[in-house]
Amino acid sequence: MTVYFRSLLLMAFCFLTINSYAQKHKKIAAKKPAASLSASVAAGQKVYMQYCVSCHQVDGGGVQHMNPPLIKTTYVLGDKSKIIKIVLHGFSEDVDINGDSYSNTMPSFDMLKDQEIADVLTYVRNSFTNKASAVKVSEVTALRGKK
Amino acid sequence: MKNKFLITSLLSTVAVVGLLSFTTPGKKHITTHAATPASLKLPAGFKADVIAENLGTTRHIATTPQGDIYVKSNFNARRNKDAKGITVLHDNGDGTTTVKSKFGDFSGTGVYIKSGYLYASSDEEVFRYKLNDKNEVIDPTKPERIVTGLISRHEHEAKAILLDNAGNLYVNIGAYSNSCQEKDRQKGSMGQKGCPILDSAAGIWQFKADKPDQHYKDGVRYATGLRNVVGMDWNTELNQLFVMQHGRDQLHDIFPDMFTVQQSALLPAECLYAIKKGDNAGWPYIYYDQQQHKKILAPEYGGDGKKTGGENAIDPAVAFPGHLAPNGLLFYTGNQFPAKYKNGAFIAFHGSWNRAPEPQAGYFVVFQPFKDGKPFGDWEVFADNFAGSPENVASGHAEHRPCGLAQAADGSIYVTDDSKGFIYKITYKK
Repeated sequence: MTVYFRSLLLMAFCFLTINSYAQKHKKIAAKKPAASLSASVAAGQKVYMQYCVSCHQVDGGGVQHMNPPLIKTTYVLGDKSKIIKIVLHGFSEDVDINGDSYSNTMPSFDMLKDQEIADVLTYVRNSFTNKASAVKVSEVTALRGKK
Repeated sequence: MKNKFLITSLLSTVAVVGLLSFTTPGKKHITTHAATPASLKLPAGFKADVIAENLGTTRHIATTPQGDIYVKSNFNARRNKDAKGITVLHDNGDGTTTVKSKFGDFSGTGVYIKSGYLYASSDEEVFRYKLNDKNEVIDPTKPERIVTGLISRHEHEAKAILLDNAGNLYVNIGAYSNSCQEKDRQKGSMGQKGCPILDSAAGIWQFKADKPDQHYKDGVRYATGLRNVVGMDWNTELNQLFVMQHGRDQLHDIFPDMFTVQQSALLPAECLYAIKKGDNAGWPYIYYDQQQHKKILAPEYGGDGKKTGGENAIDPAVAFPGHLAPNGLLFYTGNQFPAKYKNGAFIAFHGSWNRAPEPQAGYFVVFQPFKDGKPFGDWEVFADNFAGSPENVASGHAEHRPCGLAQAADGSIYVTDDSKGFIYKITYKK
């Protein structure tokens, strides 16, 4: 019950934040693709809640020693091609993030459309206190099929 | 996470009242910790104290009649080259606990004392140390390697261990997979035919307690079809092995058309099994559904959430709700607790993660009464609030996570917390 309420709150919060962010951006630079960013984030959140949440959790905090957190980590905020490849091919290495190790298997999500992968990664890069550029569909398309 | 941990450790180090630290000339740095009341919820008459803290990722725990406590810690060996895997504490019996020493260069989970030896496991090997007549390790630098070359592949790598009264060592070798799919945890991927994982994992292996450097070929697959076991204990009343299985994850994620998010949060059961040599608990072909009270064919092998299966697989002795992660099992043989606890089972549930976005659950120690060697009546939550609050339970951000269980010489029980390295002592006073 509480979690429902909290996720609702979180969603409302995200929505408001994104909205106000979008509005601010509209005022400052009307040509900036803020509206498309917020649309991508909103679509990405749906993908996240369907495919990612059970391991990475509602708040992106992951699970101690098992599933990596998505909050302000170099994997999430760094080179986009790296996380695009992780989503496309999965990940099953023991990995150290901020001093802790994580070892669970992540399957490939190559059944998702390029648009869905771009959206979910844009959502992750702009949620959980993260702030980073959007992932474009073309960036996913370019990497699909490459190891 | 690291920062939060650092701040918490700093704060608690500063805040703990009665932490006495002294150096004995010519000896290593020794710390004695005065017990502080723990904020656990317990039945009337019981109290819980924190007798040690910040010992790292403390997993399983073994005790001696002289009041020594051996705690096995897991650590990230890539980053902590100098870390030690075994901490020796002494319960002084006056409310204080002394950290006597630390040794063992290997990480891992298991620790057990039997017949004058301390056994301890890494994720690939089992070692033992000879004890003196006071149950102290004689040479902490020279363990004898008893088993080597066990499979450890990122999933369910912890090797829980125990010994029986007939010179045998039992080692859990967890499945390096969730449900033996062609592609692990992938949506819609079906099960591998004749699951090959069962040959070298997903079971309990039996080795000789005293033969060095045993490999798989020297051992016996004592029980199979067990996805992963962390909590296990030898029931001395029945002279029988009991294990707690971690049930499979992600029914909804993998088969969203068959299972709702809510079903997936509660299913399948976390099972307590009474094991006989040669038993098969059915993984990966079936899982146990505690709501239908049936062994259900896994969707990876043609199941639909209703079809039953596993005619040759054993039934659980007790089925608990899903994903609670049982990491410690202890049959209580002491005399301190009230009579109803005698020969019953305490189970430490580490707490769920696989229920998201539904509320998480667990982070408690339950008690399952037994009578004449059989479960008797319903289980009940015995020690609760390791998480710190109901909100922390629901979100999964538990402050502490119960893991290992052991009985003290005086009949109290110890509980480890592998999140912040706390050791709890639970005692009963009439």
